[in-house]
Amino acid sequence: MTSNRDQFTTMSGVPVDPVYGEGPLPGEFPYTRGIHPDMYRSRLWTMRMFAGFGTAVDTNGRFKEILRHGGTGLSTAFDMPTLMGRDSDDAVWSTGEVGRAGVAVDTLADMEDLFADIDLSAVSTSMTINGPAIVALAKYIAVGDQAGVPRDQLSGTIQNDILKEYQAQKEYIYPPRPSMRIITDMMRFTTAEMPRWHPVSISGYHIREAGATAAQELGFTLANGFAYVEAAQAAGLAVDDFANRLSFFFNSHSDFFEEIGKFRAARRIWATWMKQRYGATEERSLKCRFHTQTAGVSLTAQQPEINIARVALQAMAAALGGTQSLHTDAYDEALALPTEKAARIALRTQQIVAHETGAANVADPLGGSPYVEWITDEMERRASEIFDHLLELGNGSMLEGVYEAVDNGWFVGRIADSAYRFEREVNDGTRIIVGVNAFTEGNDNNGDNLLRIDQATEDLQLKRLATVKQARDDEAVSRRLAAVRVAAQDPTKNLMLPVIDAVKAYATEGEICDALADVFGRYVEQAVV
Amino acid sequence: MLSPMYLAATSNKPLSDSSHQPASHQESASHQASVQSQNQPPIRVVLAKLGLDGHDRGLKVVARMLRDASMEVIYLGLRQTTESVIAAVEQEDADVIGLSMHNAGHLALAPRILQALRDAGLDVPVVIGGIVPESDIATLTEMGISAVLHPGSSAVEVAEAVRGSLGEQPVGK
Amino acid sequence: MNQLEGRSSTADLLEQAINGKRRAQGQLLTLIERGGFAADEVTELLHHYTQSRAHNSTLAGARCHAAVVGFTGAPGCGKSTLVGCLVAKITQEAGVGRSPAVLAVDPSSPLTGGAILGDRIRMEENVPAARSDGTDRTANAAVGGGAFIRSMATRGHAGGLALAVPAALRLFEACGYGPLIVETAGVGQVEVDVTRTADTTVVIVAPGMGDAVQANKSGLLEVADVLVVNKSDRPGAEDARRDLEHMLDLGHMTGLTGQWRPKVIMTTATEGTGADQVINAVQAHREHLEHAGQLEARREARIHQEVRDRVSQCLETAAEYHLGTKPDPLAAALKERITPAAAAAAISQHLLASDMPA
Repeated sequence: MTSNRDQFTTMSGVPVDPVYGEGPLPGEFPYTRGIHPDMYRSRLWTMRMFAGFGTAVDTNGRFKEILRHGGTGLSTAFDMPTLMGRDSDDAVWSTGEVGRAGVAVDTLADMEDLFADIDLSAVSTSMTINGPAIVALAKYIAVGDQAGVPRDQLSGTIQNDILKEYQAQKEYIYPPRPSMRIITDMMRFTTAEMPRWHPVSISGYHIREAGATAAQELGFTLANGFAYVEAAQAAGLAVDDFANRLSFFFNSHSDFFEEIGKFRAARRIWATWMKQRYGATEERSLKCRFHTQTAGVSLTAQQPEINIARVALQAMAAALGGTQSLHTDAYDEALALPTEKAARIALRTQQIVAHETGAANVADPLGGSPYVEWITDEMERRASEIFDHLLELGNGSMLEGVYEAVDNGWFVGRIADSAYRFEREVNDGTRIIVGVNAFTEGNDNNGDNLLRIDQATEDLQLKRLATVKQARDDEAVSRRLAAVRVAAQDPTKNLMLPVIDAVKAYATEGEICDALADVFGRYVEQAVV
Repeated sequence: MLSPMYLAATSNKPLSDSSHQPASHQESASHQASVQSQNQPPIRVVLAKLGLDGHDRGLKVVARMLRDASMEVIYLGLRQTTESVIAAVEQEDADVIGLSMHNAGHLALAPRILQALRDAGLDVPVVIGGIVPESDIATLTEMGISAVLHPGSSAVEVAEAVRGSLGEQPVGK
Repeated sequence: MNQLEGRSSTADLLEQAINGKRRAQGQLLTLIERGGFAADEVTELLHHYTQSRAHNSTLAGARCHAAVVGFTGAPGCGKSTLVGCLVAKITQEAGVGRSPAVLAVDPSSPLTGGAILGDRIRMEENVPAARSDGTDRTANAAVGGGAFIRSMATRGHAGGLALAVPAALRLFEACGYGPLIVETAGVGQVEVDVTRTADTTVVIVAPGMGDAVQANKSGLLEVADVLVVNKSDRPGAEDARRDLEHMLDLGHMTGLTGQWRPKVIMTTATEGTGADQVINAVQAHREHLEHAGQLEARREARIHQEVRDRVSQCLETAAEYHLGTKPDPLAAALKERITPAAAAAAISQHLLASDMPA
């Protein structure tokens, strides 16, 4: 069954309409029922699979394979040192972590390898990186510049959502305010020069994984979104110039209807606030577009195969919730990085949802269900309570409220409370997790067929980095790093430019991040347990 | 007669002088022991995560579980080094070290902390929590890790693992 | 828990501790914290050691006392971050021989007796001195340098803590640490009492939390020698400063605070702003005490208090023990034949008439 057809029927041949029900339909403000009138009939969600480890050359090989099979989206996972602004040769922090959870990118040379022989004007690249995002984007631009690709032809997304790092994932480098300055610099730069680039993907995924409830994921994430809007407006950008390039990234967890209510509420809240509070007038500025990933934290190490069923149901919730793209987790991820077989089963799972279940035939098929409408309203109400609290903290400013709640540990405290409540419910048996506290016959956690990364990758990357450092002009590197420091001290300067210059002189990510840290300081969180 | 406890608390005799033991001391020592067994001082646990990975959900849940199991948790949190853990263990006189591991780093990080403990002359059991494949558990226990806990371990299992790690210590050392 | 030491090994431990072995220092603190015989033994040995050191010293008046500084303030005022910042400054800037020791007191859970002690890590945060040279927490003084941090839970009994804190401070002093810092959450009488063990007490408030008013109500302002408005980059910081000054004015009029008028200092611990002024103010207060001859008076008051604490603990223990044997007057009171007051009077008389140990 294909998705682009004139007539859609059930499996038994009954014709079905694109949408059912009354009231604001899909594609109509406030978009509770979806951002497009016929949703997946005209275009299925994008099946995006996040992958990558080893060296840049390895990942480049995988990218080319994806492109050969007709794919156009490249999704890059970086290793921990790269995500934290540390070079592979950082003896304190990087040893043992190079190339393990993703690809190591130290210098422009690695980015060149990563995209060697790939036409950047013909692909869309997603880079999942936050603290050092400015360096990663600068390197991508530099690779494009070298190949003569105009910057306005570069298309893609960089996660670059620093606020949720302080709240959940903890991959920050600098304190919140200077980090926000870097992000607004990037937003200004991409708005002016890279109209096809999405400079921030506002992510609730990690907030949920850290233990938040669905309503907290919704409330915290949208509050972060509003904070970025306020920061961009304060930096002189007009809301309709950038809002359409903000996108979201949500979690799809196991409580089926609650998740669907959350997705629907997200669209309604975003559209309403963007219109009423931030004065957006263009329709595209009001639409909450989001990527979804199934809940990694819901996967169990006990009877790992049953995770396939969990992922299928979560994928279904995402589809019924109207996601624009979807990543399905591999069943063995509770044990290690996914094997190729497990990753393929994960992809097949969402293909079944898309092509066999009929869920993609009708937009918002659950709309109008009393329970679904009620839980949508309830999610919205609970998110509003969060917004009220933050606005009070910030004296009417969402941006200031979020800063304050980061600073006083409110976010991490609420998340830790929710995580502990959940664990206690599992502990005392009031919440059943199959294979964990019930139906445990057949548990046989094993280490068979787990993917392991060997030490060779790290050695190779260290050699690569040493070679690049040997060959570069150290004088030029320190001159350009000095320029980064100078620009960091002057809030009227856009940091993108000196960072691009430094990258082109083959300064390492660690060197550039250190130069910025010299001015901005490094953030260490207030431990809230 | 005043109670032996009264004597115990007010005694200002130089206790290092063991040749000069009043009988009441012996008495009160046994009394003290029975009081102590009813009211054991809390087990002190240093909780930390080594390396760059930022997932601290499990670590925080475990901190609360141990607190609720009447233990004192010295919470170090994320991005600790072997040096900072050792310094904390020494200064806090921790009974047990709890380490969270996520990014498949256990086989690299566990030997590092064990070596550092040996270098510092510390005989403190280490309990690991995190995603550790079953096949690696034997390797870890052989190298000297006391226990390995998985995500989803119950509060009772967590507390028992910590207490168990102390039970295995040679007595009187 | 680990290694309950016999008598001789306590002496060994002390020797190692005095020779700078941190493991031994940590173990002795555990004995002190646990109380009872072992703790008394440590105190006794410490006393002998300090006495003989003073005796053997060629320097006149070698019985010097390290400065004890108390830091207190409501949760969330950034107290540990400020202490961490000061510790880093003292360690890095004061040159050789200055190794601060910190006793960070946090409440135990009243339900389970357990505790989560997070001050240690908060002290290691946002240390500006460690930032400026591009290094980070591995190079942090609070971890790797000369400072010693010990977290202590209240363990549900105020009396025990009151005994353990002075003993721990004596150990720190004997081991050559100084200045000595005691940090407590500024809530409740326990904290105020523990704060009294300091030569200089620094009370910290944060803007906009009603801290200043609360500090006044709870009596913290009365014990404050230095006042800090932390997070001074926040709105409301100036108001908090004015409130404090105002309350000090009132205090002065009633003569509550004596001759020393506490300075109010604005800090932003996360940036390191104001840390130097806090150090200077603490120094100035100590000099004031010295010139006014109050240092000795405070020391004596502390010892007086400690002796009193010990006496009351003994009396309490004795009373509990005695009541546990159900003496006749208690039995009579239980049957309501006599009043509880009459029973208490009879038992107390009996208790106090007992032979006191020589």
